[in-house]
Amino acid sequence: MNTMTPAILAATTNLGPKFMLIVPEAVLFVGAVLCAVMGLSHVRAFRALVPWVAVVALIATFATMLKVWTPEAATAAQLPMPMLGKYIIALLCVVGVGHVLASIGSVDRAVERQVASGTGAFDPVRVIQGEFYAFILLSLCGGMLLCHATDLVWLFLAFELCSLPTYVLVAIGRGADRSMEAAIKYFFLGAMSTATLLLGFAFLYGATGTLELSAMRESFQMQAQTGGIGSVAIVGMLLAVIGICFKLAAVPMHFYAPDVYEGASSPVAAFISFVPKVQGFVTLIVLLGTVGWSANGDSSIPPVIAAVLWMIAVLTMTLGNIGALLQRSAKRMLAYSSIANSGYMLVGILAGPTIGIDATLLYLLTYGVANLATFGSLAAIERNGHEVDSIDDLAGLRVRAPMVAAALAIGALSLTGIPPLLGFWGKLDLFVASAESHQRTLLVIMALNSGVAAFYYLRLVAMPFVQEATPRTQGVSPVPSVWPRLSALIFAAGCIALPFFANQLKGEAAAAARTDLDKQATVAQSVEK
Amino acid sequence: MTLAVLLIVLPLAGAILCFGVSERAAKTVGLIASLAVLAVATLLAFEFPAWTTGAFWPNEEGWKLFTAFGVEFRLGTDAVGVLLIVLTAVLIPCSMLVSFSAITQRQRGFYAQFLFMESAVMLAFLARDVILFYIGYEFTLVPLFLIVAIWGGHDRRPAAIKLWVYSFVGSVISLVGFIYLAAGHATDTGTPINFGVQTLVEYGQTLPASTQWWVFLAIMGGFAVKVPFVPVHSWLPLAHGEAPTAGSVVLAGIVIKIGQYGALRFAFPMAPEGALALAPFFAALALIGILGMSLVCWVQNDVKRLVAYSSIAHMGLALLAMFAFNVVGMEGGILYMVNHGLSTAGMFMCIGIMYERYHTKDMEVVGGLMQRMPIWSVFMVFFAMASLALPGLNGFVSEFLCLLGIYTADAGMKTGFPGILGPTYAFLAALALVLGALYVLRMLQKFVFGPLREPSHGHGGHDSHGPHGHGNHAAHAIHDLNFREIVAMAPLAIACLVIGIWPKPILNVIEPCAANVVAPYVKLIERDLANRPRAAADVDAITATTAPTAAKGAIQ
Repeated sequence: MNTMTPAILAATTNLGPKFMLIVPEAVLFVGAVLCAVMGLSHVRAFRALVPWVAVVALIATFATMLKVWTPEAATAAQLPMPMLGKYIIALLCVVGVGHVLASIGSVDRAVERQVASGTGAFDPVRVIQGEFYAFILLSLCGGMLLCHATDLVWLFLAFELCSLPTYVLVAIGRGADRSMEAAIKYFFLGAMSTATLLLGFAFLYGATGTLELSAMRESFQMQAQTGGIGSVAIVGMLLAVIGICFKLAAVPMHFYAPDVYEGASSPVAAFISFVPKVQGFVTLIVLLGTVGWSANGDSSIPPVIAAVLWMIAVLTMTLGNIGALLQRSAKRMLAYSSIANSGYMLVGILAGPTIGIDATLLYLLTYGVANLATFGSLAAIERNGHEVDSIDDLAGLRVRAPMVAAALAIGALSLTGIPPLLGFWGKLDLFVASAESHQRTLLVIMALNSGVAAFYYLRLVAMPFVQEATPRTQGVSPVPSVWPRLSALIFAAGCIALPFFANQLKGEAAAAARTDLDKQATVAQSVEK
Repeated sequence: MTLAVLLIVLPLAGAILCFGVSERAAKTVGLIASLAVLAVATLLAFEFPAWTTGAFWPNEEGWKLFTAFGVEFRLGTDAVGVLLIVLTAVLIPCSMLVSFSAITQRQRGFYAQFLFMESAVMLAFLARDVILFYIGYEFTLVPLFLIVAIWGGHDRRPAAIKLWVYSFVGSVISLVGFIYLAAGHATDTGTPINFGVQTLVEYGQTLPASTQWWVFLAIMGGFAVKVPFVPVHSWLPLAHGEAPTAGSVVLAGIVIKIGQYGALRFAFPMAPEGALALAPFFAALALIGILGMSLVCWVQNDVKRLVAYSSIAHMGLALLAMFAFNVVGMEGGILYMVNHGLSTAGMFMCIGIMYERYHTKDMEVVGGLMQRMPIWSVFMVFFAMASLALPGLNGFVSEFLCLLGIYTADAGMKTGFPGILGPTYAFLAALALVLGALYVLRMLQKFVFGPLREPSHGHGGHDSHGPHGHGNHAAHAIHDLNFREIVAMAPLAIACLVIGIWPKPILNVIEPCAANVVAPYVKLIERDLANRPRAAADVDAITATTAPTAAKGAIQ
């Protein structure tokens, strides 16, 4: 603990400011507990309220966050990136509400129907709805807590709080053998990636002798001045990056994504294509912040790590897009698309703190909204009571479910990056970031990739609107609950309406990307002197 | 500014309104909306103060929506833009009129797509910010794709997909060029990123030649797909072949013009050195296009594809003339945009009207229509002659100017304006005129004149029509043009005639705009010549560009 400065001591001992900031997460946690309990109630009306408890909890979290998360409070809590949490919590709350709405009616349908018709009695063992929404909220809670991390332990715990519920969600969301298989695959690979991440953390600890992010940063700066950052730290960082890649569904840890998404129910697939990405990118941003990004804008990630990230970005977007071209299953295609989108977002990470991070954060939002519009549309239709999976099932959808078809098409066009939809602005920002950081090759590769992507996203527009209905699509109809449809529609409308607030969104993302690490280091040094 | 905004918002509102009315009323609503846009466009043309100055108007910044991205909502256009806006505003209601009987299914969507497209096209022509332009340019793709894919012919899906992928990749490549330029500007000057056209033009011209080479390659390479240049042209005949009549009219008349407009407005001014360095390459591509496509036309039996291939050849000539980088050539290229828009749109309308009656586009199957539909034949021959550049019609003026520009753009010729092109290029391009005469006359001979040939009852054998059932034409006699169809085509024919007989006003307004585009090139070519031994005499020749102007005066 050679760099234990008074400022850091203060940060570890004076937990008051930190507790102030986690009030929103506490609210969400209470909501999760309420969901879990109410889901077991014998009163049917109570059980029906569970999703709405989740929605209210998310809204309350959002409101609390707005109240407590002031720049002063965040600085007092000595967070490495003071306003990151505000952005991420807001994002997770808003998109989270959409995920909750998209999943209404998808769990416990058979059981509830039996209870309603009087053919079966209510049995708390047979229902899972309470757990389902509780786990959604807990996972979101974990994602939010990541932003509070000032040391590796907190980072890891929040990371796991975000991950663990998703494994369960995959398993329980659909109640089919395939989802069990998917859950097991997801869980074991996830456990492996977590182990890799933890190993990386251990190496980082070994290299710096501290778990504190700011102390670690000081140590790295010292190392950099005296002959470069040691190889132990580099290996540690690389291991951590590889572990995070699993969450991003980035190469080389992307293989699970199509299988798991296909096995999971559509609302769950929507969830795990977004929330773990937020989780992964926040962790990556926080971690890389320690190795050398400085507030004055030069991105000095050690060259080895930059090179590895560059390769990961290129491979991820290329393999993702090529993989998506070959799919006939809509969910598998969107899984590959989610892989490709991770590749794009890594470009922003590579571009560095002042020009790239805000682009990545903005893209997370644009992706989250468009992705939910697309996946939500899939969740809003069924074929003979089963989930719609094949792209062929979407033929002629505009006749059977015009609103869903429109939402699907708008979501897909936004993911393609057709201006003036929301997705375009996210892509534009990433393009600009890569050009400004002189990553010309990356810029061209990205552009060509979005050309490839335009081809497969087009199917989601052409199938519902151009193709005529086939005998196969006779059984396709909207799901009984209206909420998944509405959720898809609201977020599709968001793809159209949010560009009008592009300035504000970009401003929030830029504020979130601001880092205080250097300032803290200076303060710490001055206190030491 | 209000008028400019109205031009973009009005069609959008009309499109949304189309979805709100009944299936039967959609065509009326669509037509009224497009006529309203035409009225606004006419008003804009009357208000436009900069006809003879080449300046941009209103060039004002509107909503500050995207300033954080460096995108200004700045609208403004010069005389060329106004001409294209009026052309668009005329073509859209005309193409709607010819669709009244042809489109029987999903009419609401059909007319809405045209209005969406009109809105996007207007935005592209009005934008003074490259991203704003890109929004309009790229968004035209969505309605165009749907028009071809939903209301198109038998093989409409592959055609629509090809259209989508080619155009998307092309425009993304242009976007990369723009972003590279804007990012370079931001880094070099330390200012926040800015996509304003003026900023980028000023910055682009200061870049070293090697950088400009890449910038021009990216921007022009993207537009080349839309124009289209030869190796990337194959989407166009396919799309034309399958598109419904109105779709073809709009595609040929407006959408591919955005590519050329983009070259004129962005590629040429932003990277002059790159343009000069790459001119031989693009000129060669254009020549290959002109000659190759003319030969292809010669053996086409599908009339619609013939016109599609011929329009690749024509656009090649227009671009070739622009690459001559003198005022005459530039002027010819710009006028060609307008003229080609009028005459090709007219031809596509004629063919569409014929197709509606016979359900075939094969001139081996149907022909000698003069005897059956005399009024139709008059229009067909008229537009074909306009496209063939018959003196007295509009095509002649632009084609003559183009060839004049290409011919005189030779460093060695003291009478002309130096450049990299010259008599050789002009000779090869003129060869295409001969070929053009051959294929157009062959088409007219088979299709309009000669013995009457009509498909027999089961007309499906040669060219199967789309899924939207047409009545069996054999049941009722083929009738000539009705009033509606004449009204749709007459404005185009009148415009062709007026420009052909009295081109002076339109040339006068184009000239300052052309001079603006050429201005940076004059200096560059002077510099190049100054480095040569026999510089002095040539420089005199350049600065006095009297010869081409005099020649131009002769045809006015």
